[in-house]
Amino acid sequence: MPMNPAEIERLIKAKIPDASVNLEDLVGDGDHWSATVISAAFKGKSRVQQHQMVYEALRGRMGGELHALALQTSTPKD
Amino acid sequence: MSDNAVFERIKRDIGENNVVLYMKGTPVFPQCGFSAAVVQVLNHLGVRFKGIDILADPELRQGIKTFSNWPTVPQLYVKGQFVGGCDIVREMFESGELTELFNTSGVEVNIGADAAR
Repeated sequence: MPMNPAEIERLIKAKIPDASVNLEDLVGDGDHWSATVISAAFKGKSRVQQHQMVYEALRGRMGGELHALALQTSTPKD
Repeated sequence: MSDNAVFERIKRDIGENNVVLYMKGTPVFPQCGFSAAVVQVLNHLGVRFKGIDILADPELRQGIKTFSNWPTVPQLYVKGQFVGGCDIVREMFESGELTELFNTSGVEVNIGADAAR
């Protein structure tokens, strides 16, 4: 079941308000997304922890409704 | 089997093997592109690893996600520590961090040799 990008972005921002979210539809089927998430909240956290924050924001949709989300996280450059 | 029994099995596997990849399919026949990508990275680095097929085991399929608080498979463990899924492994490989992690963990890297088993 494809998920719409506005909804993905809304869920991430609900949990990580300062996040800049950039979504790209990898295949054009609305079901395989690539997300780049930049937030100061990631500072001092490991990559695993950063990704876990995003997954948590998506509240269980990842791996289910959201079939594929390639994820890249980073902190804002000063 | 309870969560506990599955967790015990996971702990034993990641404790007894330096490098463990929980994946869909086997290292020789991955059944998912993301799993195949991680296998490819490990093979490229010539790292010996144990591949565990979660498709063959419904309890493990759910258990490994709960264990690591990580919603997807593949999952790579080095020296008992969860390293990440496909995106993180790829990113770490490209930046050289993965090789460094293997080196500092005392895991032999042998680029060019195919060490899948």
